[in-house]
Amino acid sequence: MAEKLSGTRDAYGETLVELGSENRNIVVLDADLSPSTKTILFAQKFPERFFDVGVAEANLVSVAAGLASAGKIAFASTFSVFGVEKTLNQFKQSVAYPNMNVKLVTTHGGISVGEDGSSHFCIEDIAVMRSLPNVTVIIPADAVETRAATRAIAEKSGPVYMRLSRPKTPQIYEDGYKFQGRDLKFEIGKSITLIEGGDVTILATGVMVAESLQAAQELARRGIRAGVVNFHTIKPLDKEAILRAAANTGAIVTAEEHTVLGGLGGAVAEVLVEEDPVPMARVGINDTYAESGPWRELFAKYGLTSADIVKAAEKVLKRKAK
Amino acid sequence: MAPFNQKMAPHDLKLINKLSEIALNIRKNSLIMTTKAGSGHPGGCLSCADILAAIYFHQLRYDPEKPDWEERDRFILSKGHAAPALYAALAMAGFFPTEELLKLRKIGSILQGHPDMRKTPGVDASTGTLGQGLSIGVGMALAFRLDNRPNRVYVLLGDGELDEGQVWEAAMSAAHYRIDNLTAIVDYNRQQLSGCIEKVMNLEPIGEKWSAFGWHVIKIDGHNMKQILDALDEAERVRGKPTVIIAYTVKGKGVPMLEKSFLSGDCKYHGTPLSEAELAKALEELHG
Repeated sequence: MAEKLSGTRDAYGETLVELGSENRNIVVLDADLSPSTKTILFAQKFPERFFDVGVAEANLVSVAAGLASAGKIAFASTFSVFGVEKTLNQFKQSVAYPNMNVKLVTTHGGISVGEDGSSHFCIEDIAVMRSLPNVTVIIPADAVETRAATRAIAEKSGPVYMRLSRPKTPQIYEDGYKFQGRDLKFEIGKSITLIEGGDVTILATGVMVAESLQAAQELARRGIRAGVVNFHTIKPLDKEAILRAAANTGAIVTAEEHTVLGGLGGAVAEVLVEEDPVPMARVGINDTYAESGPWRELFAKYGLTSADIVKAAEKVLKRKAK
Repeated sequence: MAPFNQKMAPHDLKLINKLSEIALNIRKNSLIMTTKAGSGHPGGCLSCADILAAIYFHQLRYDPEKPDWEERDRFILSKGHAAPALYAALAMAGFFPTEELLKLRKIGSILQGHPDMRKTPGVDASTGTLGQGLSIGVGMALAFRLDNRPNRVYVLLGDGELDEGQVWEAAMSAAHYRIDNLTAIVDYNRQQLSGCIEKVMNLEPIGEKWSAFGWHVIKIDGHNMKQILDALDEAERVRGKPTVIIAYTVKGKGVPMLEKSFLSGDCKYHGTPLSEAELAKALEELHG
């Protein structure tokens, strides 16, 4: 089956324009990256409600907080590495602590940024953002889900962090948010079971959901019934789905475009260790900095492909058999 | 109670005496509160007391019965460590009972060590980590302008706080967006935590810096009530650009022992309250 690619950031920009027409309280901010984050689409349609603060991310986040405190729904965008790592204190103090209605939506997350290299990679954001009380953390699996997620976070009051990608990524859903003909609804905090598993369940987020679906096909060829669950929301974490997967299949693999420290794998491990310690393995970047290169090649070199998930699944099944 | 706004009052002696009396009360309460709490920042509370009195008892539109009233003006204490002075002003303005003041920094209190907009009625922004208040003010001012609302925004900055790069990011953006419903005030007491400004991080030429960033600059004696009121009025008249009032103040103002200590270059009372014995003496000597 030919892989269909589409852009999560394009979907975000286009949905912002729709939201802007529907709700005049939506404002959008950017830090000189609007052509890349696609907030430029909103800027062109609603120039009076768009604020570019220049290359000044600290100001970006606190100005967004001020707009929110005066009744606006403030979407602030830049690249993940800048939006999260240059503004952690601003985000915590101006946005998260006082529970402001700010949506920090960053693009160019993970290492799929590719050729720009390590200075532009962000593989720590899940760990950092999920440690902040009041903050919702979302990574859509593809462009279709991004549309649904952007609408959902606009409707939800309070701080949200959402990460999107630079490259066009595999589209796993049909337009209109369907999976294999099944209509879906995006609910913050509710994971989506794409394949029911028998032997092992892969819990994945972001672009790794597509890799996990491929891995499940390969595992099926090897006689292993692998489930795939899309964790588009990492906080609040769908604990029930984790425990259900543990109970049903007795083995868990997590997959994320993020360091293996403290991300989805960490969050799932926290739940399993305390409630149902079945064997699990984490697929992610193994506590290292990556490098410049085409993103698919980087995924191969740094352990983020369906083959890595297959390997992890087989490893975890050996432990389960003991 | 009608929304609090005495802006129509002329800057006559009666008003000035009333505001100075309130400032004295803010000083007195700030000293008592920090001593009773056993920690806090008395020096920087005393230097901004006159400014807070002018803001809360003449300049700002608000309704203590409705702290979230949408039409209110906003005040952001960006130098959040002067929270006791802000709390004293808010209590006097009627946002909460004055008995709360003695619970400052205690477990369960509505009065946190630094301003908290979710815990304290009347506090418009959560601050305490320096450098963010002006940016928040810029966001509020943009929102009010977008909605054609007359609300004004006031941000009080510390001078040491101007070391933070974010303040200048905010200053640049306020001028870029030609925001004129925002007034910044710098409490220029020329002392920061570890020493005097010129030794730790020189800010001069401070007026030229703001003016180069596109701001209308007014310099005043931050303890001269008439100058404070006139400057706030002037700021309101300026169109097409933001205004900063650089208020030359004295750290520890009103307490001879503290003024002398800061003047000698000793910054101990930046972040240390008076002992009970020192407090008793300070309250006797306290003047406007």
